[in-house]
Amino acid sequence: MSELDVKPRLSRLEAAWVIARRDFIAVLFSRAFLFFLIGPLFPVLVGGLAGSIGGEVSRAAVSTEIGLAMSASDNAAMKAASEKLRPQLRGVVPEFAEIAEARANPDFNARTFLEEKKGNYAVILSGSLAAPKVVGTRGQIDRWQGPVELIAATAMGASPTAFPESSSSVVASSAASERSNRVRTAQAAQMVLFLLTMLLAGMVLSNLAEEKGNKIIEILAAALPMDAVFMGKLFAMLGVSFVGIAVWGTVGWGFWAIAEDAIVTVTQTDYRNLPGPAVGWPMFIALGVIYFSMAYLLLGSLFLTIGAMANTVREVQTMSMPVTMMQLMVFFLAAYTITMPGSNLETFAIVFPLSSPFAMLARAALEETMWIHAVALVWQTISVALLVKGGSILFRKRVMKSGSAGRVKRKRAWFAGRKAADALVEPAE
Amino acid sequence: MHMQVGEHMSAGNAASIHKDIEGRGRPLAIEARGLVKSFDGTMAVKGVDISVPEGAIYGILGPNGAGKTTTLRMLLGIIDPDEGVRRVFGHDRPHDIGRLIGYLPEERGLYPAMKAIEAIAFMGALRGLPLAEGRTRGLELLERHSLAHAAERQIRQLSKGMAQTVQLLGTLVHRPKLVVLDEPFSGLDAINQGKLEGMIRNLAEEGVTVIFSTHVIHHAERLCEGVAIIAGGKVPYAGSVEAARDRIPAQVRLETRAREGAWTAALPEDTRREGDFFYFPLPESGVEPLLKQLIDGEAGILSLSIERAGLHDAFVAIAGEAAAKQLEADQVGGAA
Repeated sequence: MSELDVKPRLSRLEAAWVIARRDFIAVLFSRAFLFFLIGPLFPVLVGGLAGSIGGEVSRAAVSTEIGLAMSASDNAAMKAASEKLRPQLRGVVPEFAEIAEARANPDFNARTFLEEKKGNYAVILSGSLAAPKVVGTRGQIDRWQGPVELIAATAMGASPTAFPESSSSVVASSAASERSNRVRTAQAAQMVLFLLTMLLAGMVLSNLAEEKGNKIIEILAAALPMDAVFMGKLFAMLGVSFVGIAVWGTVGWGFWAIAEDAIVTVTQTDYRNLPGPAVGWPMFIALGVIYFSMAYLLLGSLFLTIGAMANTVREVQTMSMPVTMMQLMVFFLAAYTITMPGSNLETFAIVFPLSSPFAMLARAALEETMWIHAVALVWQTISVALLVKGGSILFRKRVMKSGSAGRVKRKRAWFAGRKAADALVEPAE
Repeated sequence: MHMQVGEHMSAGNAASIHKDIEGRGRPLAIEARGLVKSFDGTMAVKGVDISVPEGAIYGILGPNGAGKTTTLRMLLGIIDPDEGVRRVFGHDRPHDIGRLIGYLPEERGLYPAMKAIEAIAFMGALRGLPLAEGRTRGLELLERHSLAHAAERQIRQLSKGMAQTVQLLGTLVHRPKLVVLDEPFSGLDAINQGKLEGMIRNLAEEGVTVIFSTHVIHHAERLCEGVAIIAGGKVPYAGSVEAARDRIPAQVRLETRAREGAWTAALPEDTRREGDFFYFPLPESGVEPLLKQLIDGEAGILSLSIERAGLHDAFVAIAGEAAAKQLEADQVGGAA
């Protein structure tokens, strides 16, 4: 068979496949992918540690203990009354602790005691049951004065000694609670989508810069249309991201299977009874996968273009900060509009390509309408195609310059002034 | 429809000279007319015309910064010209016939973690060759170039010369009809340069069109059927090497026993004397009438030789002293 008998070129799809196949295999078997897989562990660990430490600090710093500086009998009566009211008032009932320094000390001055920063009490209660005196800061007094008066009244026997037993009838959900639950689902889904795209988009950002470093990009550009190269790279990284998500999902499922109860207890969230999204879980998960792909392709195509403009990995790192900020802005925009359905801002978030997948996933959690998802997906697909095309044109126009002669001279000319710049019409090789 | 080589004078650059190379009747592999390219207001190429017939070895000769790489990139469709047209095998869009083209860029590039055999197969795949077929052919090529032992080694484990050879084999694995090499000799030692020259000749013998850029005149002179001399983004000459050399009259070198005599009046006006030798351009009437006068005048001819101009002389005459000096400097720099 003569060489001229075969198809003279690859189709765009075939060209993208050649690139995607190479990139997918190369990334999957690289050390970078291993780091990528264990990457999410660090935020989880750091978040857990920070939460734990923060909670501990918070508990230590914010005291709900009320110091008792009354007579011994009054102190005992206050404690007994608070225990009596605890079933009805629950969290509103403070903890009482007798102040050792005040015991049998007629000269004890609560004001001086607090001003000297002694003890760790929210307020100090002195005086008597009939005339309790609350000493503390304005905020703490406002918070505890009412409960203290109620407890003191109970201690004096002035409040009811018996409470009527009420019956209860639980409603699974109300309009208000369903809306509230779905908003939580929408927020959680957006957060997961954002974290995943943020983790993965960084890999795309450095991808082309590395290829430029390896000088391979010119071979690719000579052999294939640049948009096919971009497309191939995007889908390779999308494939890699699905592998990553599958690994994380499997590990997460394994943990869940082993320590279901512990996870619910530690996180204080019953994942078994998460509020259902408006479109139902199966459709919501399917849309989640699709919107993740679109969010990734949209951000990826943008980042690929930015990465292609960079000459070195260092330049990529410099670009990373504004790019991350931009991701955050897009996320905040979509997150902000969750509570504003039908508003102009929500429409903008849906129409603006980069925030569209986030806003639409929230919609899937909140609204049952399906046709709008079809429209949004068509729009997002068009946006991906436009971004890829624009990126490849920009790449061919601005990046594939050769030689440094012209550029160096332009730089010098910039400093020398416009006239000199006009004079330096020197060719680059 | 192809134009005949040499029949078209540049529209964009009237000063250009396009001499016919021995390709009359052969279809054109590459045809470029009035290519112009600027980068941010800096003109890299200012109206390039090139015609390369199928099966020719064609050189683009010029100093660094002359516009060689930009021209090649435009011919290959890596970048688009701002003005002008280019056709490769009659196609306006070179990517449409990517399968027929092999390209070795000046800045060599391979994936460092890839095995040599995989790198060759991948480069074939970029041009539409199935990976399995690429591996088979790649192994054959590696064996032919005594590199079979390196097939399973990663590119980063190869020497620079071996890696360059692997990339060149990757450029050829899909058996292209047109091979474009940008400064293929740079970075190669003398032995590998010789091997590469052999490979280029073999390709031409198989009917493959080879176009390469170089700033080393000897490579162009030894290999090329046609050359385009490029300087300052323009092509002041494009045509056969022979025609380029013919632009400068042959030089006559004469050595005589007698230093003075009436016979000296027979020498052309622009004769110059260097030591024992007289140098002058070959008269249009040839040397026979002059010889007769010298003999009659008893000049005592010790030797007389006619020396054809080299491509270097032609380059100086066509591109100017400045470009020639830069070319020489590039060659010294390249050798260093």
